[in-house]
Amino acid sequence: MSKIKIVDLYKSFENKQVLKGLNLEIEAGETMVIIGQSGSGKSVLLKHIIGIMRPDRGQVFIDGQEISALPDEEIMKLSRKFGMLFQGAALFDSMTVAENVAFGLRRHTRLSESEVQQLVRTSLEQVGLRGVEHLLPYELSGGMKKRVGLARAIAYSPEIILYDEPTTGLDPIRADAINCLILELKEKLRVTSVVITHDMNSTYKVADRIAMLYDGRIIEIGTPEEIRHSTNPVVQQFISGRAEGPITEW
Amino acid sequence: MDKPIQIPFFSAFFCELGQVYDLAVRGFRAIFQRPFEKRNFWQQLEEVGVNSLPVVSLTAAFGGLVFGLQAYLAFHRYIGPGSESQGGPIIAVGLCRELIPILVGLMVAGRVGSAMAAEIGTMKITEQIDALFSLGANPVKYLVAPRILASMIMVPCLTLYGDVIGIFGGYTYNVLLMKVNKTLYVQNTLKYFEMWDISVGLIKALVFGLVIAIIGCWQGMTTEGGAEGVGRATTKSVVVASITILILNFFLSKILPATL
Repeated sequence: MSKIKIVDLYKSFENKQVLKGLNLEIEAGETMVIIGQSGSGKSVLLKHIIGIMRPDRGQVFIDGQEISALPDEEIMKLSRKFGMLFQGAALFDSMTVAENVAFGLRRHTRLSESEVQQLVRTSLEQVGLRGVEHLLPYELSGGMKKRVGLARAIAYSPEIILYDEPTTGLDPIRADAINCLILELKEKLRVTSVVITHDMNSTYKVADRIAMLYDGRIIEIGTPEEIRHSTNPVVQQFISGRAEGPITEW
Repeated sequence: MDKPIQIPFFSAFFCELGQVYDLAVRGFRAIFQRPFEKRNFWQQLEEVGVNSLPVVSLTAAFGGLVFGLQAYLAFHRYIGPGSESQGGPIIAVGLCRELIPILVGLMVAGRVGSAMAAEIGTMKITEQIDALFSLGANPVKYLVAPRILASMIMVPCLTLYGDVIGIFGGYTYNVLLMKVNKTLYVQNTLKYFEMWDISVGLIKALVFGLVIAIIGCWQGMTTEGGAEGVGRATTKSVVVASITILILNFFLSKILPATL
């Protein structure tokens, strides 16, 4: 049974049809990287997987359970399974770094305050941050915010981690450190990861499989090697980063 | 390119009314669900109540003074010199039933309703509300319910406080500045002024508190776009809440009996 299964997913916003019958299966423990143009609906897809958005039509299954049909309260109970790193980190402005990282721990676990603080420190150390617990989000650089967002997502050891552009805005060294962390989490915790990115270096490094989202559907799916040698001109244009080709809408 | 769907004005209005109603119902329901968001609730009590005290003090004081001034002039001009002490109960009743609840409502709508829209709107566009959801916190329960409850408690408290300041303002103008007979002024006020007059103002304040919180939160939760969207939501929350308060005030004045 697939860890995540998406069947015939449709989603539109006002007059724009973003997802047009998308199908995708992600196995437990694998890292699936979803690539595609900006505005192609990649983030929308992630938000359907975690239950933040409801489909117009279609189904999303997590461990065989259809979450797209559940009420909000039930989805929130399932949120223990998920950790999500948002594109802009989405740290809570009014809370310190430690409070941000502890937020999910306090909601999802019944740990004592000292255990929570210990896990906060451990999670921050995992993303290469020390001594920032008392800082507020506005005092952090873009890269640090992203790493705190990641620490918050992994603090309560979720089964599935969703990464929305994890390396965007980071310098190449920090970006690679995040890639290594994604691989490490996969090895150590056996988490299922769904990564959305434009960064092809990152894609090839972390992906077990790559799916290309185009025109509201997955048009190609395969291992990094299969995608590299894809004969689909849309995929080739995207992975080689050429302006000329079948993709004409920028 | 597809043409945007044009929604007729009345459809859009009823659509928004439906959104407000839905948020209000979910917000109310969330107040009674455990665990209660105590920390947010205390923060909102401080934000809506304690931090509004200076602005409410000023508006109530000057509202009371000007009401006192007009009552003095009216009695002096139309009834005759010496009749000004009759103005005491009129000032107290007018302030407690109408002027103070309206002033407090409008001040809190401008100060707190706008802040609610701006804060929640910023959280919306920076995906913090999605992050709350992903971390197992219901955004309505976490953000909306504490604001509704805090506003419904603190706006009546501010109104009661404003009543005291306003009545003292009217007294100051008439008795201390214009040398109206103090004993007659107080006696007349106590004779005709009823507890029900204060209660009417407090009932109105309760409704205004609810309106301010729901409209502020609704505007925040439906914010779209960047900084411009937050600005729009903030302005709209103040305009919609203020107009709603003024309209509701008339109907509440009409519905609530003059005396019990």
